[in-house]
Amino acid sequence: MKLRSLLAAALVAGTALASAPAAIAQAKEQFFPLLSYRTGPYAPNGTPWANGKQDYLKMVMARDGGINGVKLTWEECETGYATDRGVECYERLKSRPGVTLFDPQSTGITFALTDKALHDKIPLLTLGYGLSISADGMAFPWNFELMGSYWTGADILVQHLGKKEGGLDKLKGKKIALVYHDSPFGKEPIPLLQERARMHGFDLSLIPVTAPGVEQKAAWLQVRQQRPDYVFLWGWGVMNSTALKEAQATGYPREKMYGVWWAGAEPDVKDVGAGAKGYNALALNPSSQQPKVIQDILKYVHDKGQGTGPKDEVGHVLYTRGVIIQMLSHEAVRRAQERFGKGKVMTPEQVRWGLENLNLDQKRLDALGFNGVMRPLSTSCTDHQGSTWARIHTWDGSKWNFSSDWYQADEQILKPMVKAGAEKYLADKKLQRRNASECQSAG
Amino acid sequence: MLYRENGQFKTSYRADQQIFPIQQDRIFIGLLLAVAFVVVPGLASDYLFRAILIPFLIMALAALGVNILVGYCGQISLGSGAFMAVGAYGAYNFFVRIPGMPLVPAILLGGLCATAFGILFGLPSLRVKGLYLAVATLAAQFFSDWMFLRVKWLLNDSPSGSVGVTNLQVLGWPIDSAASRYWFCLVFLVVMALLAKNLVRSAIGREWMAIRDMDVAAAVIGIRPMYAKLSAFAVSSFVVGVAGALWAFVYLGTWEPAAFSVDLSFRLLFMVIIGGLGSIMGAFFGAAFIVVLPIVLNQVLPLLASLVGVEFSTTAVSHAELMIFGALIVWFLAVEPHGLARLWSTGKQKLRLWPFPH
Repeated sequence: MKLRSLLAAALVAGTALASAPAAIAQAKEQFFPLLSYRTGPYAPNGTPWANGKQDYLKMVMARDGGINGVKLTWEECETGYATDRGVECYERLKSRPGVTLFDPQSTGITFALTDKALHDKIPLLTLGYGLSISADGMAFPWNFELMGSYWTGADILVQHLGKKEGGLDKLKGKKIALVYHDSPFGKEPIPLLQERARMHGFDLSLIPVTAPGVEQKAAWLQVRQQRPDYVFLWGWGVMNSTALKEAQATGYPREKMYGVWWAGAEPDVKDVGAGAKGYNALALNPSSQQPKVIQDILKYVHDKGQGTGPKDEVGHVLYTRGVIIQMLSHEAVRRAQERFGKGKVMTPEQVRWGLENLNLDQKRLDALGFNGVMRPLSTSCTDHQGSTWARIHTWDGSKWNFSSDWYQADEQILKPMVKAGAEKYLADKKLQRRNASECQSAG
Repeated sequence: MLYRENGQFKTSYRADQQIFPIQQDRIFIGLLLAVAFVVVPGLASDYLFRAILIPFLIMALAALGVNILVGYCGQISLGSGAFMAVGAYGAYNFFVRIPGMPLVPAILLGGLCATAFGILFGLPSLRVKGLYLAVATLAAQFFSDWMFLRVKWLLNDSPSGSVGVTNLQVLGWPIDSAASRYWFCLVFLVVMALLAKNLVRSAIGREWMAIRDMDVAAAVIGIRPMYAKLSAFAVSSFVVGVAGALWAFVYLGTWEPAAFSVDLSFRLLFMVIIGGLGSIMGAFFGAAFIVVLPIVLNQVLPLLASLVGVEFSTTAVSHAELMIFGALIVWFLAVEPHGLARLWSTGKQKLRLWPFPH
């Protein structure tokens, strides 16, 4: 057992060594912990996302020198999409001086961190993923599911089909199959789809795919037997391209397949190429190098040879999503500085105030270079989503093109569901709703 | 010299049969326990507790359980992750469904659920052995994956399939701070390690080892293979189940079935093989190697690289981590196929004569 104590001693020394110089250097800097995964079955999708987050930070440092003079620092921590490694990363980075917020980059890790963040008072930014019920800011004071949840996504898909069929009432008797990743990530949309199925009378069949999703023969056999009118694809990573290949092999028309926004990026369709032609997916953001922010990243980062990933992947769907996430974190810091003092390092509590008071109108988005990337977004203490708009885009064999107008998720259906879900969560965990008077304080 | 036994006479059976017959060992273990209980909580940071020490303690407990089955009874199992899952979800159901259920009984009841599950999936061991059994126990893993994804009742009807616990406390003492969580796990580990150590020294432990070494011969001298094998499965799954409950309750807080995937079963088996089959101490070494080393490598590599002025990208670090880790496993097993525990006892043997070996 001597080795054990030796190891412990080495560890203590190692951590002390690792953190001591960093602590001195970072005393006056805003620190962005970047959880990411560049290894494992989800790496093809995790990598561009992580690249976008890091490149935006590099670009802001090169172009503006920070936020109102506050320097930005960051450190990536590899989770491999594993919950226990994600928790370790969170524990490692959470006590760094100037820590801002966490983007866990995985639904499973978000679930595990939700309790811990409540305890540590650090915001979690889960853009378009995580717990759907965390849209209720009064029940989840530290979760920020900006730009939509799995429920808003599923709602928009149903609305789109309704529009396509000529009215939601025309969905009666239709068969929709949900092919989903068998994990909390894939199961999240089910309650909303069941609610919609009850309202419009369509038939919902649930077809799970075991993680990570390379084995889907049984699932597509079911699709072949049931011949659904539409297939919703709730996949991530290697599952998406496999599903498209299986659809091709089964002969299921790709035009009738609709993916969530995590199943609609380049890595999902690239290998399938023309075989994925006609496949649709939800889109939170475009895939393009045109927006000014992407041009800035190319100019200030990639042209100087400091880019994080390959240059031709800059501006891809997931890359741009990483950029949006990072921009929103920056705006939260900037907004908090407006209230708590410009040029100061913001604490996580102050950043939360910033996240709850975001007001990005079109003018502000244009100024940030996000014209055409996203819609205006404004949050509040109770609304931790800010915007529930999304579009559909379609793969033409070589690139993604928008094939619908913007849709907004139906508040009438979502609000009671979120409320009920949040109440159940609070009751299960024996927690209290937040008091409205806490909304203006920074703690 | 350090381990000189001169003058340590054993004059009674009692003295001859104690767990640590050498005085130096007794002192060392006493000191180690004092350090673990008193010194470490005073020095360790929040990160060290929550990210390294607590997972190490829980995984050491799980490896201990697996070692009873694989190391002492020779029944290779790939279902350890499933036993952990059953312990975790069992304890969860007792904890949330019975009002006022205290924490420790809930965890122990979770362990008992795992015992029942372990005996059930241990039944094939009466017919098949070795690698065949490994494959048969893999069924336990797949069954538990299926069960905890599909049977809503076990998840307290959670729509997403993810469950969690809060407000942990023992007799009004909240298990909330990092240090209290550490103590909580440490007490479980120390008590169970002591029980396990005594169990493997007793008659039943000898039966397990006889079955491991040659089951036909063991049957001939009057050991009942069914009783021996199933009791090994029962004891092992109980310990593994308790570890699973701790992993879920104390370390993760909120978890999903993926936290107990087949990957975890493999890691537990590696811990036992690398730590040392058939040795209680091996469980600790193995857990430290598998749990702590990747994290240390992950943090030390960029630091070392920056000392020589090279910047490592995250990708390079995580790939290097996997490569070094793999290489170390191969090297360790090539140097000492009996695991780290054997290296330790060889070292101890050498210290008896140090500094004048013959």
